[in-house]
Amino acid sequence: MKKMKRTVKTNLTAWALLAPSLVFLLTFTVFPIFRSIYLGFTRYELGMMKPEFIGLKNYVDLFGSAIFWKIIGNTVAFSLMTVIPSMVLGLALASLVNHKRKGVGFLRTSFFYPVVMPMIAIASIWMFIYMADSGMLDQFLLKLGMQPMNVLSYKESVKPAMAFMYVWKEAGYLMIFFLSGLQNISGELYEAARIDGATGWTAFKKITLPLLGPTLLFVSTIALTNSIKLVDHIVIMTEGAPNNASTMLLFYIYQQGFAWFDQAKASALTVIMLVIMLAIAMLQFVKSDRKIHYN
Amino acid sequence: MKTGHKHFHPAFTIGGMALGIIWLIPLIWMVGTAFTEASYTMSILPKTKPTLDNLKYVWNAVPFGRYYLNTLIVVVATYSVQFVTVTLAAYALAVLKFKGEKLIFIIIFIQIIIPNDVLISPNYMMLADLGLTDTKLGIMLPFFGSAFGIFLLRQMFKTVPLALSEAATIDGCNLIQIIRHVYVPSSKAAYLSFALVSVSYHWNNFLWPLIVTNSPENRTLTVGLALFAKSKEAVMQWANVCAATFIISAPLVIAFFIFQKRFINSFVSSGIK
Amino acid sequence: MRNKLIALVLILGIITMATIGAAGGQEAKTSEKMELTFFYPVMVGGPLTKLIDQLSLDYQAVNPNVTVKPVYTGNYDDTVVKIQTAIQGKNPPDFFINLATQRFSMASTGVAIPLDGFIAADGAQGKAYIEDFLPGFMEDSFVDGKIYSIPFQRSTMVMFYNKDAFKEVGLDPNKPPTTWAELVDYATKLTKRDAAGNVERYGVGLALNSGSAQWGFTGFALQNSIGGKNLMSEDGKKAYFDTPENVEALQFWLDLQNKYKVMQGGIVQWTDLPTQFLGGKVAMIYHTTGNLTNISNNAKFAFGTAFLPGNKQLGAPTGGGNFYISAGISPERQKAAWEFIKFATSPERLAQWNIDTGYVAPRASSFDTQLMKDYWARMPQAKVAFEQIPYAKPELTTYEASRMWRILNDNIQSAVTGEATAAQAMRNAQAQADEVLKKYQ
Repeated sequence: MKKMKRTVKTNLTAWALLAPSLVFLLTFTVFPIFRSIYLGFTRYELGMMKPEFIGLKNYVDLFGSAIFWKIIGNTVAFSLMTVIPSMVLGLALASLVNHKRKGVGFLRTSFFYPVVMPMIAIASIWMFIYMADSGMLDQFLLKLGMQPMNVLSYKESVKPAMAFMYVWKEAGYLMIFFLSGLQNISGELYEAARIDGATGWTAFKKITLPLLGPTLLFVSTIALTNSIKLVDHIVIMTEGAPNNASTMLLFYIYQQGFAWFDQAKASALTVIMLVIMLAIAMLQFVKSDRKIHYN
Repeated sequence: MKTGHKHFHPAFTIGGMALGIIWLIPLIWMVGTAFTEASYTMSILPKTKPTLDNLKYVWNAVPFGRYYLNTLIVVVATYSVQFVTVTLAAYALAVLKFKGEKLIFIIIFIQIIIPNDVLISPNYMMLADLGLTDTKLGIMLPFFGSAFGIFLLRQMFKTVPLALSEAATIDGCNLIQIIRHVYVPSSKAAYLSFALVSVSYHWNNFLWPLIVTNSPENRTLTVGLALFAKSKEAVMQWANVCAATFIISAPLVIAFFIFQKRFINSFVSSGIK
Repeated sequence: MRNKLIALVLILGIITMATIGAAGGQEAKTSEKMELTFFYPVMVGGPLTKLIDQLSLDYQAVNPNVTVKPVYTGNYDDTVVKIQTAIQGKNPPDFFINLATQRFSMASTGVAIPLDGFIAADGAQGKAYIEDFLPGFMEDSFVDGKIYSIPFQRSTMVMFYNKDAFKEVGLDPNKPPTTWAELVDYATKLTKRDAAGNVERYGVGLALNSGSAQWGFTGFALQNSIGGKNLMSEDGKKAYFDTPENVEALQFWLDLQNKYKVMQGGIVQWTDLPTQFLGGKVAMIYHTTGNLTNISNNAKFAFGTAFLPGNKQLGAPTGGGNFYISAGISPERQKAAWEFIKFATSPERLAQWNIDTGYVAPRASSFDTQLMKDYWARMPQAKVAFEQIPYAKPELTTYEASRMWRILNDNIQSAVTGEATAAQAMRNAQAQADEVLKKYQ
């Protein structure tokens, strides 16, 4: 009897302590998800009093639209262009700064500072680097006797240019996860390997990479999620130009919802985005041998 | 110090140093351009005379003082509220056994998988329903509950020996006192990590404050910079845009240069965001 | 340490409460004095926000009971978004400056109110007020015969050219090109290459980024179309993108870039173009009159302004913003907004506004003021904009204007970047436009 009373009390206490967080999580994460799912099945434009149920029409329209597929393609292409290079570079940088040597402090600082700068500020700077003819890149090319590229103007170069900038910003961030992964690998392993005559690249391949497995998986989900929800730079640099070659999914949601005031389309797109995020999360949970990283 | 492979090919080291310098070019150019007279040709190192005119011009043309204050309020108030919500929830999840634990974990995981950045459209509708558009509170509200913070502190709280809190109970402490006097002080590192991640996220956040705010009374620094950079009020714009960029990114970058290690360690824990 | 931490938390808590309190307090403020909120964009150079602030202070000095709070909302694109977002967020401004081209959307979604009632209430004075606006600007204030907006910061596109560069290549600096053929000829002469063949200076420059391409294109379409027909029907329900004349106009752009190689390839940003002009990297640019002050303050060479070169006829796009009054606010507030609009559009105010910014005053009587006469004496380049108005027509204006702009911009860019031919691009644009507009037929 007494024990039951205590359980009731504990339950009440726990829920009371959780209540403040729950209010916000439910209002701004859980409820909005359901609202998007609902509005995705409606027509709801500026000036309408109430959304009107239209079934799957938004999805049918989207799946039938060339622009939608172009944007999905852009998003996938941008992820491919950023995730792998930033991971490779992040790992390389991590190995470089992994132990105390002269200049390591300098390197860590110089690789990591872009992480603490606002994307908006970075995009403003890189916009000038990429500016046609007078920009730093084109000036540099001219000095080398090559043609200026005007990279932001062309569909072939706009995504790689943005990806390059993003890899510059993101590699330092990924570096630190690899760094903490590397530091968990015992030095004795390398010692033993050295005695067997395996150094440098061989040691890296035989010891470092396999032992970093879980970290690699973990970092890849972070990198993927981050690259997919990246949007600020598009607002500054191109607004999706040329001809939507640089429009990404989240920017398209912003356009539909806040420039064209089609909140229903925006909701349908949000649902598609949620499905993608969920799929990435599954990748982490299903493929990981480890129990959830957090526990 | 645990070591990785100690033996590098010298080319690797030299290449690394070169890379480190290349990484700094955008920063060097930005600072150099912000503090020298405007010119029509770009060069990595400034070739014109040093001046504070760009900074002065930008500071007067755009109410950056106001934006600074707004950003500070948003950043500080968000973290303060998070501090409370996260601490209470983390205690419940770390120490208490209760019915519905699973449900709570599911809700928390949902936020970890689906960050608020993706929910701009429904969250804006929610703010409109609440009548909180164009307010600082509206910028902050969706972030008051932080799954990342809850996890981080729950981890930390789990390492606190139960004996400590039992002793406190015997001394007559109530629950809130136990949390305040036992758990909070022993988790300072986690709070600091969380603070750095939260502060830099909200300092740098752009799209959400852009959507929520209309008036200069509520705009944050990033929104101010974007409006300025896109309107490009003056010619010789890169000097001015660099000055504006400097104004908004200096505090965090300088803080980072000073507390480099602390920042980097904190961001390691942010991976679970 | 523990105490410090608690103190810190307490302080942070207090700040939060204060912030929340302040946010709440704003709502609770009662309005014995009326405060009107007013959104406005700035698209052109110069510190315009200061001028608008001054305008509202001046008004307050005469009308102490009404405070007008101007809110700068970014460039036009941003402002369109902001106004609609604010309405969606149930927190609309009392009145605002928005693109003239947004009037169909503003009317059909019930965001703005027709102003005919106020004009009628002002009697003969009201009639004279409206009739004083130049037809070229007043034309795009109507939706279904009702007046929805009052012209204010209106601009048109003119050509700025570098007289020194003209002299350098042996052109008469007082005879800018007047036809497309001359444009090509001049631009070819003005384009300067270094020994390696890299371009040091382009002959002509046009902004082709999203939000700018459609404006410049309106001009070329007007110059080339049969009888000066515009890109859309007057009721805003039809677009005419894929006419052979418009395809020709787009092809002419492509030729400037690719065939004659006198214009920078790819997409030049609207905001970069004046900088390039001032830096001597391009000799003639198509830009807004709104940039005149900016250019005259910073040009280190002699510059001139000119009509846009014509083809079948002269033509130029008008653009810029009009005053609108919000629906969904009390009639008293609407009336107060109307009074402010009349104040802001008095002939002298508009003349001064023209002088300070380079926007073209939209009222005929502004040009009779002494202010304006003195200004023209001082800055003869300013006169071109006014003289060109009779040949100018509204830029692309339809229902769902933002979406339509995007369609035209995207497809122009697809041609410019070589994804589509001019004909394909205009055909795609037409198909996409028809799809958007079909529900208004």
